Amino acid sequence: MSEMLVLIDHSDDGPRKVSLQMLSKAHALAESTGDEVAAVWLGPGAAAAAEELGAHGATKLYHWDSADAYGYVTLPQVEALEEVLDLSEADTLLFASSNHVKDVAARLAIRVDAGVITDVSGIELGDDGRWVATKEVFGGDIITTSTFAEGKLSFLGVSSNAFPAERHGAGAPELVALDIALTDEARGAQVTAVEKQASADRPDIGEAAIVVAGGRGLGDESGFELMGELADLIGGGVGASRAATDAGWYPHRYQIGQTGRTISPTLYLGSGISGAIQHRAGMQTSQNIVAINKDAEAPIFSIADFGVVGDLYKVVPKLIEELEARQ
Amino acid sequence: MKVIVPVKRVPDTAGEKVIDPDTRTVDRDAGETVLCPVNEFAIEEAVRLKERLEAEVTVLLVGPEEAQPTIRKALSYGLDGGIQITDDAIVGSDALGTARVIAAALEQEEFDLVVFGNQSTDARTCLVPAAVAELLGLPSLTYARHLEIDGDQVTVHREHDEGWDVVSSTLPAVVSVVEAINEPRYPSFKGIMAAKSKPLEVRSLADLGVTADEVGAGAAAATMYAHEPRPPKEAGTIVEDDGSGAAAAQLADWLVEKKFV
Repeated sequence: MSEMLVLIDHSDDGPRKVSLQMLSKAHALAESTGDEVAAVWLGPGAAAAAEELGAHGATKLYHWDSADAYGYVTLPQVEALEEVLDLSEADTLLFASSNHVKDVAARLAIRVDAGVITDVSGIELGDDGRWVATKEVFGGDIITTSTFAEGKLSFLGVSSNAFPAERHGAGAPELVALDIALTDEARGAQVTAVEKQASADRPDIGEAAIVVAGGRGLGDESGFELMGELADLIGGGVGASRAATDAGWYPHRYQIGQTGRTISPTLYLGSGISGAIQHRAGMQTSQNIVAINKDAEAPIFSIADFGVVGDLYKVVPKLIEELEARQ
Repeated sequence: MKVIVPVKRVPDTAGEKVIDPDTRTVDRDAGETVLCPVNEFAIEEAVRLKERLEAEVTVLLVGPEEAQPTIRKALSYGLDGGIQITDDAIVGSDALGTARVIAAALEQEEFDLVVFGNQSTDARTCLVPAAVAELLGLPSLTYARHLEIDGDQVTVHREHDEGWDVVSSTLPAVVSVVEAINEPRYPSFKGIMAAKSKPLEVRSLADLGVTADEVGAGAAAATMYAHEPRPPKEAGTIVEDDGSGAAAAQLADWLVEKKFV
């Protein structure tokens, strides 16, 4: 029996949702291959999360408790994972397909001669025993199927919300502590400060099941207070179109579109967004799309599951009222 | 100081995107192609380094002869010269294969800083900047929303979901930039005219000392082998707000019915 590795993406508060989704998927895949699912946790906090990781499918947990994992850019994680690949002899690694983790996968893949497929929304075992991955390209216009070359390690970057997180009721995983002696090279780019801007009680748009987005039609930055009010009521994150971030109404970090973030929530609710192709490239793979816009001809309505043609400043407050009445 | 900006030719997001059934690569002749919009932020940052530190900036492109207008476009922002790597054997490379070609080209150059866009608008893997840094044995200060050079030190604000990390290393280094970093200016008429006569060097894989079996579809560790257009969406329910609030109530019902609330 060999091991299938899942690199846990986590914040100070615990594992991110995508990590539990990856473990659940790995658990299902391991049933067909007979592998064991081993989670990898880099940085402090593994012990507190062990039970939850076990419940989602991890039977083993490699952990490196040093703050050095994030004290320098990318390479400490690469060196720790090299060690885990050696120890486990795993040939498959699942990682969260988010920016910083992709860098870890890229550098590690060069070192250990692996193939990398990012932004994966489907994984199956092919007849020849190789992984077959599906992903959406060109902003979701085309769905592609890819596989790995024979004999290569397989790194799969998993999109947020591509798979459900499921509890299997298994117990805590076996803990394997790592002792990593970093090279000087790994200490080459030091993190000297961390600036936290995001609200702690609102989910990030990358992992939120619901995303409320605002655009040019908000008119000014105060419109994002209304978006925030709606988002907090239904447990969503808040995103923006490029018109809104370029105008300075909302931080660029939350821009949804071809030059910004790509999201696939179960519900996208856009207000005052016309749905230009550049924006659709970042959100059209959302499972359900709601649009509120005063222009009945706005292209967003062509991909909307539910659309309201009207003034968002009349419709959204009324919607908040109606939702509160139903809760 | 010497700066190199690798750029990419991509299909226009607004245009038709076609995958060539034989090569399984983007058919860049099928629709309009453009300089990747994310590269504009890298170019703008390089132009600012020219203005602040008299940096000499070279643009690097891996792609066929028809991609030369993309290099000229990049040069029109006021960059100093271009290098194009072109070779039929490169076709079908995966992101890591492309990184090998870029890294081999960079190894022939003297530079202090390589400035990438953080992703391309077509493939969006984000893998290339970090892979190039790994191949060159350099730090990868990626997703920069702010960049400073002080002597032989580079400091960036490295963006993440919750804010950013302040990170520093010595030069040379590889950085990638996100759109928050600046507001790209438009090329001037003078810049567009001058771009036509800027030096442009064309190199093959042999010039780089790379053999054909190290790159291309045959060497790709991950290969796309099938593709289909996204199935068209069924038309949704569109209601008009008549001022009575009925439309908002209908939407609330729909959200409840779908179990979002």
